[in-house]
Amino acid sequence: MFRKRESRVSAEIPGSSLADIAFLLLVFFLVATSFNTDSGIGLVLPPPPQENQPPPQINDRNMLSILVNGQGLVSIEEELTPMSQVKRKVKEFITNRGQDPKLSESPENAVVSIKTARETTYSVYIDMLDRVIGAYKEVRNAVSMRKYGKPFTALPDNSEAQETIEDLIPRQISIAEPAES
Amino acid sequence: MAQFKKRSSGATTEIPVVALPDIVFILLIFFMVTTVIRSVDLKVQVQFTQAKNIEKITQKRLVSYIYVGPMKTPGPGEGKVAIQIDDAIIEDIEVIQSIMYEKYQDQPKLIVSLRVDENVKSGIVLDIQKELKQAGTLRINYSALQEQREG
Repeated sequence: MFRKRESRVSAEIPGSSLADIAFLLLVFFLVATSFNTDSGIGLVLPPPPQENQPPPQINDRNMLSILVNGQGLVSIEEELTPMSQVKRKVKEFITNRGQDPKLSESPENAVVSIKTARETTYSVYIDMLDRVIGAYKEVRNAVSMRKYGKPFTALPDNSEAQETIEDLIPRQISIAEPAES
Repeated sequence: MAQFKKRSSGATTEIPVVALPDIVFILLIFFMVTTVIRSVDLKVQVQFTQAKNIEKITQKRLVSYIYVGPMKTPGPGEGKVAIQIDDAIIEDIEVIQSIMYEKYQDQPKLIVSLRVDENVKSGIVLDIQKELKQAGTLRINYSALQEQREG
């Protein structure tokens, strides 16, 4: 008797348990892994000062000193400033270009120094850093609009235009050592 | 009798379930590709702060994490603030310099991601930064979530 074998061509591996195995593996991966939220504020630290070299002399007018104390109060150049004014003042400082004798000579020379007390809450420190970086971003956007007709954020990555703007408005932020108080 | 075909299964399935394992495997491969196995057991509690000027780190291979926060306690309340690198709680700050220096030797383009709880005092973060400067790992990234509201 010839048994028709073609009708038994249905799957050797039972399809239902394959789905079970796949679901189990999926659940395992859902539980054991996580989406990496790697976003944050990037910063390049300055190299540590050499023992024998004196710290570089910066003209006082070219350095904007921002102090944040333990209670979260901010003072810029020893003047108490509310948080909402910080960005505006930093922008004024950067774009001064020699007009106000107390502010920077040019954006290339401008250094923003952020000094926090040891007791300052981390979120306040990051908020301050965020606002300073926001100020730089807005200044760069304005300069880029004038030069290239596009905001800085719209320039293609690693392009010559982007580098030019970065050279004109370098992001010179210094994180100062906390005062031993 | 050729007319009677033996049905292997009694249930009549309307929806073709043959494709189901394929769909599930595709989902599985998606998750395998887009996530990482979190091998670090987080001993400290980290609640991220928010900021507006966030950059995404594109090269995950170059990242090394330092976690700072209050230690997880079994009961209510918070423990002392501690630093954790790769599963180990760091007791002595100076050790950070040698650990990060070794990592820097392995990967000169190392980016150090500082995952600091938002309520930690900045003093400890500044100390860590000093150690990082000594170790030569100057590229750092403060982990933060994207701020939604207008600051």
